[in-house]
Amino acid sequence: MKKLISVALVLAMSLSLAACGSSGNPEGTATKGVLVMATNAEFPPYEYHDGDSIVGIDAEIAEAIAKKMGCELRIEDIAFDSIIPEVSSGKADIGLAGMTVTEDRKQSVDFSESYATSSQVVIVPENSGISSLSDLGADSIVGVQTGTTGDIYCSDDDSIGTVERYNKGMEAVQALTQGKIDAVVIDSEPAKVFVSENPGLMVLKENYTNEEYAAAIRKGNTVLLDNVNKALEELKADGTLDKIVAKYIAAE
Amino acid sequence: MWQQFRSDLYLNFVKDDRWQYLTNGLKVTLIVTLFAALMGIILGFFVAIVRSTCENTGRLKILNAICNLYLTVIRGTPVVVQLMIIYFVIFASVRIDKTFTAIIAFGINSGAYQAEIFRSGIQSVPRGQFEAGRSLGFNYAQTMLHIIMPQALRVCVPTLCNEYITLLKETSVAGYIALEDLTKGGDIIRSRTYSAFMPLIAVALIYLIMVLVLTRLVSLLERRLARGTR
Repeated sequence: MKKLISVALVLAMSLSLAACGSSGNPEGTATKGVLVMATNAEFPPYEYHDGDSIVGIDAEIAEAIAKKMGCELRIEDIAFDSIIPEVSSGKADIGLAGMTVTEDRKQSVDFSESYATSSQVVIVPENSGISSLSDLGADSIVGVQTGTTGDIYCSDDDSIGTVERYNKGMEAVQALTQGKIDAVVIDSEPAKVFVSENPGLMVLKENYTNEEYAAAIRKGNTVLLDNVNKALEELKADGTLDKIVAKYIAAE
Repeated sequence: MWQQFRSDLYLNFVKDDRWQYLTNGLKVTLIVTLFAALMGIILGFFVAIVRSTCENTGRLKILNAICNLYLTVIRGTPVVVQLMIIYFVIFASVRIDKTFTAIIAFGINSGAYQAEIFRSGIQSVPRGQFEAGRSLGFNYAQTMLHIIMPQALRVCVPTLCNEYITLLKETSVAGYIALEDLTKGGDIIRSRTYSAFMPLIAVALIYLIMVLVLTRLVSLLERRLARGTR
């Protein structure tokens, strides 16, 4: 009996180990034929809920990458600051969430080639009298979304008074429209959507920072990284990438 | 392994003085819990008195109806929703201190639960005690104050302290209004270091220690109160 149990235990352990190793799988994903993408679907136009499904630039790019790899795409919607832990622990294969490549993040995950560029911009009320970044004084309150690059850069910026970290970009914008804070620092594309939907707000001409978006992949999973990079390269070459971006972002 | 643990510890707590997110957050959590508990005591006590007076004497009918509405609404909706309603709806267009908002929200919430605890304490005192008070010539208020309350409060204490423990843990949703409490402090560290283990376990441990201390105090108090009944 004891022997039987130990055999069963050994079997169970080796099976669970096998499930962890992605090397046996040609696509490099955790489950064969399925690409699990982690994102935070509150970041229009990169990812947002539309009816029952999650749509947006990232969702469509991921769909195209999955198709190139012969996989089925499954999207998981989680908090933005949980995406990297999700990817590095192997619960998700890739993280696509309008995520900027930073040195800190590179310590936890590998990044694909960048597929889009973006910038952090400042949203202020139209009648606030703030026309440039230097107008944000030492007593200013700036709203950001926790864990985004806007949050990280603003937290390190001594010229900003207080940084208030909201769980969602939308909530920071809501606090701005209610006059609770002076400005919101957020990625340029969602900023355009927020400003168009909230009359009385505007984006400062001067960008706060400029940055590149890329897909996060578990550290050391070179098979998947190569696959994703190859797919991205093909998508760039055949114009699919531009088409997807153009579909969501009106040309300026 | 040990090396990894040390570097994780360094990255999550020492680098860039990240431990300050936890200590500052702890301070906010304690302030919010303390003042919300106090506000809850006052609110709860008042509501309990109104409710039991109405039950016992049939007076204060309108006030009782208001109290009932308050209990129904507050106990029927999640505290995080109440918090956001207070911040984004009731205090819309006002620049208001977030710690204050949280104290109001959690105080109103806790008041409803404490009201029912006080009321159950009052109900637990046998009706004969009340009649004895009245036959000694005490009026309603005097009977309540000198005879019913001392007995009722003794019954309430353990349940009340449980409510404070719950309250302490419930304040962890304060991050929803961008208030940097202990949980949010851990979340900020997590969003900087991308490691889940260290910040979350540290936050959990701090809550656990606080609850353990509270529980210990409660059991001391209970023993002290039990002495009088022998």
